[in-house]
Amino acid sequence: MTRLSRRALLGGAAGLAGGALLRGLVPEVEAQAPTAPLQPPIDPTKAPGAPTTAVGARAPGEVALRAPTGEQAGNSLTPLHRLTGTITPADLHFERHHAGVPAITRAQHTLTIHGLVDRPLVLSVDDLARFPATTRTYFIECSGNGRAAFRKPTAAMTAQQIAGLTANSEWTGVTVRDLLAEVGVRRGASWALAEGGDACLLARSIPLAKLRDDAMIVWAQNGEALRPEQGYPLRLLLPGWEGNANVKWLRRLELGGEPWMTRWETAKYTDPLKNGTARIFSFEMDAKSIITAPTAPTVLPARGSWPITGLAWSGRGRITRVEVSTDGGTRWQEARVDGASNPKAHVRFTLPWRWTGGEALLMSRATDETGYTQPSKRVLVDVRGAGTDYHFNPIIAWHVASSGEISFAGDA
Amino acid sequence: MSARVGLVLVFAGLAACGAPAASNADRVGVGRAPTAAELAVLDRDVGPDGTSLPLGSGTVAEGAVIFAAKCASCHGARGEGVPGTPYAQLIAPRIAGDSFPFGTDPSRPKTVGTYWPHATTLFDYIRRAMPFPAPGSLTDAENYAVTAWILAENGVFPRDGTLDAARLRTLKLPSAGRFVTDDRAGGPTIR
Repeated sequence: MTRLSRRALLGGAAGLAGGALLRGLVPEVEAQAPTAPLQPPIDPTKAPGAPTTAVGARAPGEVALRAPTGEQAGNSLTPLHRLTGTITPADLHFERHHAGVPAITRAQHTLTIHGLVDRPLVLSVDDLARFPATTRTYFIECSGNGRAAFRKPTAAMTAQQIAGLTANSEWTGVTVRDLLAEVGVRRGASWALAEGGDACLLARSIPLAKLRDDAMIVWAQNGEALRPEQGYPLRLLLPGWEGNANVKWLRRLELGGEPWMTRWETAKYTDPLKNGTARIFSFEMDAKSIITAPTAPTVLPARGSWPITGLAWSGRGRITRVEVSTDGGTRWQEARVDGASNPKAHVRFTLPWRWTGGEALLMSRATDETGYTQPSKRVLVDVRGAGTDYHFNPIIAWHVASSGEISFAGDA
Repeated sequence: MSARVGLVLVFAGLAACGAPAASNADRVGVGRAPTAAELAVLDRDVGPDGTSLPLGSGTVAEGAVIFAAKCASCHGARGEGVPGTPYAQLIAPRIAGDSFPFGTDPSRPKTVGTYWPHATTLFDYIRRAMPFPAPGSLTDAENYAVTAWILAENGVFPRDGTLDAARLRTLKLPSAGRFVTDDRAGGPTIR
């Protein structure tokens, strides 16, 4: 160990951290050039600050990261426990890829609409921008969200690991309704195949009724062009419907009279039931909520005010009520809900709470405008059977120990 | 297609009537018509009716050789997959009585022989996405052969068989009738 790094450890972190943290610091400290001066704390009111930059960066010490990374045919999850408000930063929107993120340029990409239409069209991204654009806020949720917590629960799981396959964004694009009017739908058309331009040509059959209802083809997310991992340059957006059907890198819409029965709507994304059948084309995401703070890995350092907050959403419309329990579901209190005017979007709920130092079991349950209330795991498994784990939306519980430690207490 | 799934189609079809037709003046008028050559490259999907299946054929024996060379490195020599990875188990024995226990038993592998409703889906998926490092690189004959081998190993196609368009579109899988319309519809009832 160099003299500098020893001084840094002894004078700085060693006084604050235990052995594990100290060991973690060693490589980083030693990586510094031996001649680098130690930076004393700067009073920001006594010197001019940094100049302008082309693209902003997060503040030092703010840690909000997707995980896991490096998955070519897998996912990364949104750090729900590190975020507030209702809009997910575009670069933290969860990913689910089936064959990696394709490298597509705006200039090379086209959308072809054909099949049972009067006027088949090839449209560039610039062409699409000549249609009147619409901007709406919607969540996207993978229908497998919650599966890991159901199948392999651990006490250390965070809200990210339990429910991070959902995110909420402001999307800008054209309604599919307008595009269908442009091409003219022929008699007999009732489905469309939506196909992506990635290395698995991911394809889903979408009922024409949804495309005529609120479906969009979007090119922007939170005011900027889509990120490559979110489907750049074009993505199908089906508000409230399972993420997989929101086909990224959309290159083709073919209208036809029946569904194509692709691998992603038969072998996958179907819901087997205990009666020996399986639901197919189970698109809508039922109402769901999760407390995001205070949750693992937080350790409450003191008694007193710890507001309970989290996210709720429904693929069937608006959230009308979110209830919170601190005693494991014996007593429920109605939380305040922000953003409830947006259907099929995340809302933020908050309930004041004072921790008195004892054990607590925190839960939330959402109700949507259809009158549907998020169920317990027991009810879901009883109705469907233990073999199905798509569209899995049980009440989620957090255990607060008298030590202040918070852990995932399973699906209630 | 099963009668149960047919209900979905009738429901979706109701919404197809009464399309508003844009007059010339209403149209945005951008874009261009695709050429036949462009559509031939883009439009290679195969639905359950099999009408768009290509010419050509392949045998189970040929498929075994191709699978060993181009698929086994990920999926395993016998298609057993790798647990905990995306490399799915492709092959499993038929379930006694072709029962469908997946709603109660999550450990059962969902193979083309035990779970998938349509054999055409296998051909379509391989053509789109496989082999993973070189998607879409198999010839149509190779795809028929690999499809035939996987179907045969799953016990739903004869081991001495030859697969072509006519055979694939008429092949019935054990679970074809198991798929039902989604009856979840919001409201107070949990389904």
